[in-house]
Amino acid sequence: MRLNKIFKNTLLVLAACLVLSACATKKEVATDIQGQMQGDVYTGTDTVEYLADGVPDRVFFATNESILTTASRETLRAQAAWLRKNPNINVVLEGHADERGTREYNLALGERRANAAKDYLMTYGISSDRITVLSYGKERPVDSGSNPLAWSKNRRSVTVKAN
Amino acid sequence: MTKKILILLLILIPIKANALIEVDITRGNLNPLPLAVSPLSIDEKSRKGFEKILKKENIGSEISNIVENNLRTSGLFNPLDKKAFLQAPDIANLKPRFEDWNLIKAQALITGKVNYVDDKLRVEFRLWDVLAAKEMMALAFTTVPNNWRRVGHIISDKVYERLTGEKGYFDTRIIYVSEEGPKTQRVKKLAIMDQDGANNKFLTLGNELVLTPRFNPASQMVTYLSYFKNMPRVYLLDIETGTQEVVGDFPGMTFAPRFSPDGKKIIMSFAKDGKSDIYTMDLENRIVEKITNHPSIDTSPSYSPDGKYITFNSDRSGYQQIYVMKNDGSDVKRISFGNGLYGTPVWSPRGDLIAFTKLHKGKFYIGVMRTDGSGERLLTENYYQEAPSWSPNGRVLIFYRETKTNSKGEGFSAKLWSIDLTGYNERQIKTPTDASDPSWSSLLSN
Repeated sequence: MRLNKIFKNTLLVLAACLVLSACATKKEVATDIQGQMQGDVYTGTDTVEYLADGVPDRVFFATNESILTTASRETLRAQAAWLRKNPNINVVLEGHADERGTREYNLALGERRANAAKDYLMTYGISSDRITVLSYGKERPVDSGSNPLAWSKNRRSVTVKAN
Repeated sequence: MTKKILILLLILIPIKANALIEVDITRGNLNPLPLAVSPLSIDEKSRKGFEKILKKENIGSEISNIVENNLRTSGLFNPLDKKAFLQAPDIANLKPRFEDWNLIKAQALITGKVNYVDDKLRVEFRLWDVLAAKEMMALAFTTVPNNWRRVGHIISDKVYERLTGEKGYFDTRIIYVSEEGPKTQRVKKLAIMDQDGANNKFLTLGNELVLTPRFNPASQMVTYLSYFKNMPRVYLLDIETGTQEVVGDFPGMTFAPRFSPDGKKIIMSFAKDGKSDIYTMDLENRIVEKITNHPSIDTSPSYSPDGKYITFNSDRSGYQQIYVMKNDGSDVKRISFGNGLYGTPVWSPRGDLIAFTKLHKGKFYIGVMRTDGSGERLLTENYYQEAPSWSPNGRVLIFYRETKTNSKGEGFSAKLWSIDLTGYNERQIKTPTDASDPSWSSLLSN
């Protein structure tokens, strides 16, 4: 029994190693900016979390912009469908900017980005009562890097469950 | 703490002398004036008295060190090495032997005396013109012993004023945001310190994000942005009592606050539906007024010292630029037209210039321009820096600078820096933690 357990653990460790090395290779590919940005909008999935199956929690923006890309609109339509299916869930839209701007302007820009997402959710039938907007400006980056890819991940509006 | 002027007595002993030495502060500090700061003399009884209360072996030397340090960091003066001094402090204060001071190339000499009288600190000091062999100024103060650092700052201000013809900026404080922890989860606290970095004190605990503190003209109140309960709102903090209150009843984020020059209003931005406009709130009657009304982002407002105009940041042209308008929101004029983006305009206390942050081709600059936008001058360039704040005499700007992280996202730091309006004398101001968003107080004594 005991031996068996040790054997099992070893197997688990081995499996973990395999997964890790697979991750490492994947990561190397992932740091290729070409595959992860279109223009300067982030198109990767590294930082994306999911509100439900097939419902990404965030959309990304170009530098100084608050225009929703085609991909962002698709994400927000999925969020709207999910919110319609779950009428008791309210959300906070957290707007963010990258570090390459002055603090106060970035607070306003984060608010504008989150509102762009809010407006889109509203056109898909979600009541404004269910949506709160909160801007963090550049105060809460997900990627602490000082490079164009990191900045693209940080220019975002994230939909967070409020209840 | 050192609220109203605790200096109990300030006797100006009037003197007439032909000032031969003059320091021109409008030029670069390429030739700082050599001067000697003699340690303030102290008798043995006073020395022991202060040692007991203040735990400083020789308070006379400590005060003169503060003066020396202030004058050196101004960049306008070159305090000479004390080891070269030939005359003892007590004798120098009575009658300097000018040949001796001339010999070590001092053009000015500061001497003085400290006494322990009735549990009080009594300080007298004199400023001498070495070449003319004349006394230029003599002053005496009496105060509580704990105020000894401020005495050093006040002496520095008097010397600066006598030699440059403009008010000093040493008896002042800086409020700023202390930063710690990883960039993605930065913990920020309000902190306050003397202009030279001494007496650092934290005003908040770091439980919520705080940003952009600014003093009122009396330097007793601070307005700042706090994310208390995850609701970013402008707050008012009384530094003496610690009481805080939210400013106005806005259904959304208020930010970018500053006081009006008379301290009676707070001007700030309110963001709603993707638009940010500028509002004021009267602190007495709580009346809120909307100053700008535009679908763009209007933020970072700052009053002219006479209160008649407001400079602010707007992207109504498509990108961040600097504008000036009348205080009722009329007569809006764009003033920045150079290449790049412009932000954080802040009106000089002298009224003639606006300091700003500029972003151009991936570099950040601190610069100044006249209030009509002419005469743009960039003082310093770096990877990232912003948020200039003026010294009360309008001669020095304090701002903060961040470093780039490496490919692993390491190596980030944020520090406070100051630079002369001339573009010379750039210096880091040491803080116990990383620091950002500095705001300079008015002169505490006048």
